[in-house]
Amino acid sequence: MQLVLEKRAERSGTIALVSPLIAIGLTIVTMTILFAILGKNPLLALHAYFIAPLTDGYSLQEIAVKATPLVMIAIGLSLCYLANAWNIGAEGQFLIGAVAGSWIAVKTQGTDAGAWVLPAMLVLAAAAGALYALIPAICKVKFGASEILTSLMLVYVADLFLDYLVRGPWRDPHGFNFPTTAEFDPVATVPLLIEGGRLHLGSIIALLVVAAAAILLGRTIKGFEIRVVGAAPRAARFGGFNANQLIILTFAVSGALAGLAGIIEVAGPVGHLQPGISPGYGFTAIIVAFLGRLNPLGILIAGLFLALTFIGGEQAQIAMKIPLDVTKVFQGILLFYVLACDSLILYRFKLVFPNRQVARGTH
Amino acid sequence: MRKSLLALTAGLLLAGSVSAASAADKLKVGFIYLGPIGDLGWTYQHDVGRQALVKELGDKIETTYLENVPEGPDAERAIEQLVRAGNKLIFTTSFGYMDPTLKVAKKYPNVHFEHATGYKRDKNMSTYSAKWYQGRYIQGLIAAKMSKSGVLGYIGSFPIPEVVSGINATILAAQTINPNIKVKIIWANTWFDPGKEADAAKALIDQGADVIMQHTDSPAAMQIASERGKLAFGQDSEMIKFGPKTQLTSILDTWGPYYIDRVKAELAGTWKSEDTWGGLDSHMFAMAPYTNMPDDVKKMAEDAQAAITAGKLHPFKCPIVAQDGKAVECKGGANLDDGQILGMNFYVKGIDDKLPGK
Repeated sequence: MQLVLEKRAERSGTIALVSPLIAIGLTIVTMTILFAILGKNPLLALHAYFIAPLTDGYSLQEIAVKATPLVMIAIGLSLCYLANAWNIGAEGQFLIGAVAGSWIAVKTQGTDAGAWVLPAMLVLAAAAGALYALIPAICKVKFGASEILTSLMLVYVADLFLDYLVRGPWRDPHGFNFPTTAEFDPVATVPLLIEGGRLHLGSIIALLVVAAAAILLGRTIKGFEIRVVGAAPRAARFGGFNANQLIILTFAVSGALAGLAGIIEVAGPVGHLQPGISPGYGFTAIIVAFLGRLNPLGILIAGLFLALTFIGGEQAQIAMKIPLDVTKVFQGILLFYVLACDSLILYRFKLVFPNRQVARGTH
Repeated sequence: MRKSLLALTAGLLLAGSVSAASAADKLKVGFIYLGPIGDLGWTYQHDVGRQALVKELGDKIETTYLENVPEGPDAERAIEQLVRAGNKLIFTTSFGYMDPTLKVAKKYPNVHFEHATGYKRDKNMSTYSAKWYQGRYIQGLIAAKMSKSGVLGYIGSFPIPEVVSGINATILAAQTINPNIKVKIIWANTWFDPGKEADAAKALIDQGADVIMQHTDSPAAMQIASERGKLAFGQDSEMIKFGPKTQLTSILDTWGPYYIDRVKAELAGTWKSEDTWGGLDSHMFAMAPYTNMPDDVKKMAEDAQAAITAGKLHPFKCPIVAQDGKAVECKGGANLDDGQILGMNFYVKGIDDKLPGK
């Protein structure tokens, strides 16, 4: 007798709905065992992770702040991935957007420039992110270069460029040589939504982006084109859809969104440009995009959920004295189960009895 | 891998022992760490200080730490999380936490903050640091004596004054032994990245350096020097087990007494915002035993240490000549004053390199 994975004839709708629940259930079981081994009360630990952050306004704000760049980038990436264009370099587009927007902030510092500064920063950041994403897209379309490799390599270019700027020309003259620009002026800062909190206008922009993507994919011909080119390239060709044009378009849009997320992060929670402004948002967003099944609403939920595990992880460290390594194990196990359970949408377990196979073989 | 497992186990044991003693009326003291507590350098020594604090005052306080907190947008949230969890005295243990600490301090005037190695203060935010350049001076003397090639290798973290003054103190000392001493400097642009630190050590040795010094936090450089049969100085913590035949000495950060003092003040209600900059005389740091050197070098090092501790020897004794050949203004009488050292942004003459961004 053997247990094998067998491909389903068609994807299972039921499993698609319950698989995240199964994944969370399995995570809870595994972590309960792990917490018990560590001598921690599993119920209290799980409460610290999942429930406590949802019960006060401060943590909810922090979840939104953390989720904002993830959701914005992941929405752009999902358009790329739906159209079979593999943009892995959102991290670089995020950084270039941050740099381009900061240029205005740095140059207008202390000049009493008007209210045009922030909008100009946002526009320039989106444009820079889009242009930066167009490099791999054009290399793909014109020369057939793998966009996975080129977009990924450009992350390091962007990272080092930012590094050079804050160590050299843009360094805060009063910052004791530390690699950072001076704090941005108020006109170059993303406004806060709640007095004393950290929730900022960027979260609203992220919600608008989600809504726009939902309309684009659900209600427009362009959205239909993106989905067809990705799902059935041959059919799309017969239908007269231009796959190359879509690669250019989706890369540009995802680059623009990543760039926008970059400047919002810098002009929002950080307040100045420095190395390390992104703890890997561009890469984490890839996980968010797939966790959300490349669906705008799904991505919103996935982004909030991932942010919850970050905030919850910190609160568990404080409340339960659980080491950081355990919170990382927790996040890893969760993602592992989500992806593993998702495979059940297309596959199912089947018991195979060897004697029956032999019998079939004699026909 | 084994190291991180060890660290994990140690962390769990610690965490367990702390939470077992928790009670509602105890003073809560929080710590923000840059690295993992198992970095065996900077963060590790802060945690050793925290443990000393728990040992001394464990019945009156409860400590909490957040480790591996990046010096970016997450720092402010991490600090605020500690405030919201009821911590009344919070130590933020890296330079890059300066602005986030200040932001949170302004928001919570009734909570006291202590920021390591920074220069911004407020009525509820102190700063504390140590005069490590004194230790660097002793290392410079030893290095010049022990180097056969006359080339020292220096792994810098960031070109901030603390690091620059360390390089200058080293060279000024070395020049008193060997006026032609050379130093090769590599900026790792990180405080903790064992891979990068190891690469830097290899590159320095390939360029002819035979004594390796570092201002980064892991023992990686010590291990490389040990593999290549060179000599090295540890950093932050005792690293002799990574190079039993390699380590000459190490600057040991000893935060415990300071942490205990500050928490006692907090308990007594006498905590005030202060600017503490302790030297060898104040036990803010110590020198590891002088090893792998002949007796005369060891004696020289011990004499220098005694002279610095007694205030008879100052590493930045005037005249100090900068790279451009001009003497630096001597604001402290016979020596540079503290402000000049804390803001040091030039190389002294004899360093054949350019300060980044200069």
